[in-house]
Amino acid sequence: MQHGKYRFIVGFLVAPLALYAVFVISPFVQTFYYSFTNWTGISPEFDYVGFDNFEFLWKDDLFREAFFNNLVLLIGLPVFTVLLALLFAFLLNVGGTGAGVRGITGNGFYKLAFFMPQVLSVPVIAVIWSVIFSPESEGLANSFLGWLGLGPYDWLASPDMALYCVLWVLVWGSVGFYLVLFNAAMSSVPRDIFEAAFIDGASRLSTFVRVTMPLLWDTIQTSWVYLAILALDAYALVFVMTIGPGGPDNSTQVMALRIAQEGFQNGKAGYASAMGVVLFFLTLIIAAVLLRATRRERIEY
Amino acid sequence: MNAPRPYPRRVFLRRAGLSALAVSGGSFLASCASGGSEDDGERSGGGQEQTSENPFGVDAADPLHVVIFNGGYGEEYAKFHEELYTTQFTDAQIEHEAITDVRQQMQPLFNAGNPPDVLDNAGAEKLPISTLADTGQLTDLTDLWDTESIGFDGMTVRDTLHPIAIESAEYAEKPLVMNYALQVYGLWYDRALFDEKGWEPAETWSDFMALCEQIMSDGMAPMAHQGKYPYYIQQVIIDMAVKHGGHEVVYAIDSLEPDAWQNDSIRMAAEAILEIKNGGYMMEGTEGLDHIQSQTRWNEHKAAFIPSGSWLENEQASVAPAGFATTVAPTPMLDGAALPFDCTRVEAAEAFIVPAQAANQAGGLEYLRIMLSKEGAAKFTELTMAPTVVNDSAEGIDASPGLASSLALIESGGDNNWNYYYPIWYSPMDPKIQTAVGELAAGRISADEFCDRCQEAADETAEDPATQQRSRP
Repeated sequence: MQHGKYRFIVGFLVAPLALYAVFVISPFVQTFYYSFTNWTGISPEFDYVGFDNFEFLWKDDLFREAFFNNLVLLIGLPVFTVLLALLFAFLLNVGGTGAGVRGITGNGFYKLAFFMPQVLSVPVIAVIWSVIFSPESEGLANSFLGWLGLGPYDWLASPDMALYCVLWVLVWGSVGFYLVLFNAAMSSVPRDIFEAAFIDGASRLSTFVRVTMPLLWDTIQTSWVYLAILALDAYALVFVMTIGPGGPDNSTQVMALRIAQEGFQNGKAGYASAMGVVLFFLTLIIAAVLLRATRRERIEY
Repeated sequence: MNAPRPYPRRVFLRRAGLSALAVSGGSFLASCASGGSEDDGERSGGGQEQTSENPFGVDAADPLHVVIFNGGYGEEYAKFHEELYTTQFTDAQIEHEAITDVRQQMQPLFNAGNPPDVLDNAGAEKLPISTLADTGQLTDLTDLWDTESIGFDGMTVRDTLHPIAIESAEYAEKPLVMNYALQVYGLWYDRALFDEKGWEPAETWSDFMALCEQIMSDGMAPMAHQGKYPYYIQQVIIDMAVKHGGHEVVYAIDSLEPDAWQNDSIRMAAEAILEIKNGGYMMEGTEGLDHIQSQTRWNEHKAAFIPSGSWLENEQASVAPAGFATTVAPTPMLDGAALPFDCTRVEAAEAFIVPAQAANQAGGLEYLRIMLSKEGAAKFTELTMAPTVVNDSAEGIDASPGLASSLALIESGGDNNWNYYYPIWYSPMDPKIQTAVGELAAGRISADEFCDRCQEAADETAEDPATQQRSRP
């Protein structure tokens, strides 16, 4: 049986590894290479310029603004998404009233409704929400608030609100997926643990904080990293939804949008590559820090 | 919305990888997204005897690769031009491509040194033309300008073109780009509505304010704009400034002169916009609407004026109610204006280029000559209801209200008509100006702050070592 084992393994690995090398590793390597050139993106000729691009980037106010906007998303998106998804998953699983531990009625419908945004493509979501956030008083959000006696608000047309509108849509689009994920993780937790907690007189809140969260920690940790990476991108949503795009007054600029604008519109692919390299290391560092900072002892059940 | 989703940034990276494959035939790590290059200075293709019928010596055996942007003007006109080409060179093989994502499809070809012979570089996804010009990737069109035109009795091509087309072609004193369509900018209104109400576009600023008041009292917003893209209202600011201070205002801006934005004409124009906004004359919420939403509101008579260009009539054709007479008016004159009322910004757009690396440059030049022929240009206007840069290309055409009023403005403006180039020449500067315009039009910054911000953007551009400085007269 040992005979030909390695050939067998190699045979299976060659194709995926080659694809990975061509479509993932090679572009990364090239981006690093181009970040040291003044390549325009549309010419076979360019010069090596050393660290010029990175020096320029250090002094680029617009990129710094984009970085801080990404930082707001980086904090807001995982916090709101994970909390909401956890809470909803908890309610769906053990929120029901009556005897024993059970989910609320209509459990399946809620899961479907929350998961809905996951089926839509990002540009579609962006278009839907930019219509909802119309600054006219007949706009959907404004007429709803007008009915409550509030507004009208400028939403995406206001430099103070636009980034939070983007954050809201990111959260709205993500909660469903993580709800389903946490729901799956929660249903694999034996019922008797929750029942034991209830019999001991634990309230729903303390069950949530002291039982559910620790048991799901691994899943939460992974979600946190995924959401952080999503927050560092946000390109498609910002591009379709915001004024300019990236506005008003650069209030929704994000790093990925800067990369696209410099690389494609301004013919500065070398400079855009340098931004890409910075974004690559930022993502790497943030993922590493998050995984380390949230490490806990694993609970077996 | 989980992490692994193909966002455009990643598409870009993958495409870079793909083009590397295309160039190197698979040795992906050894090569890169940019290919090799060759430039011998000689014109490619042709080699036949150069006659007045065939001034570039086109060889019918050379295939011609034509790529058309399939946008507002469609591709029918190009098929007609190709027919004219094959009538002259019967055996010629033409590869016709009509695309919308110009950049994504053309970028690998330019990088590989294998671009088409004629490219219509237009649309939202166009290649940065000034970058192509600066890196020597465009064919010099001097010979085309100086050659005899088709259908204009002994005139050279240069003689048949609108001066703004000649001006817009120049990069470093060489004509490199053939901009084909003439676009007229201004404030658009419904002539039928104005006739019914007895309104008339105002010539002076005080009359314009009075008109706004009158329109308001009729329950309509005087002005809407496409707030999501400040580019549209930007036209109005610069147009009023140029009318006030003369062409020098925009020459200074395009030449990145110090203090180009710090002058009274620009400040007055900015104040005028603030007056419209603060007077409550802007349609409610227009700052957050895109071009489709705002123009539709305008078609529904929620607003009287909207700034745009001469493509507007065509763009709104399916939305505009019957009897809606899309008509252009020039912007009003501020007090002490140097230029008369009846002139405006006229842009030569829809950039056709013959890449320097094209395999059949001779054929490409001949194709452009055919486009600029009397017959070729007339057909374009007939099919698209848009004037071309060729003089009198709209002659004898049953013009729609939009085309007729545009043509009248080209005529009445004459040499007073003007154009600006900084968005094309200095692409990093344009979004910064637009950001400032957006803030001004929303009434969040003062006219002084607006001038300061624009000046700062211009100074940054002038100081950037990557900027290729250009100047006007």
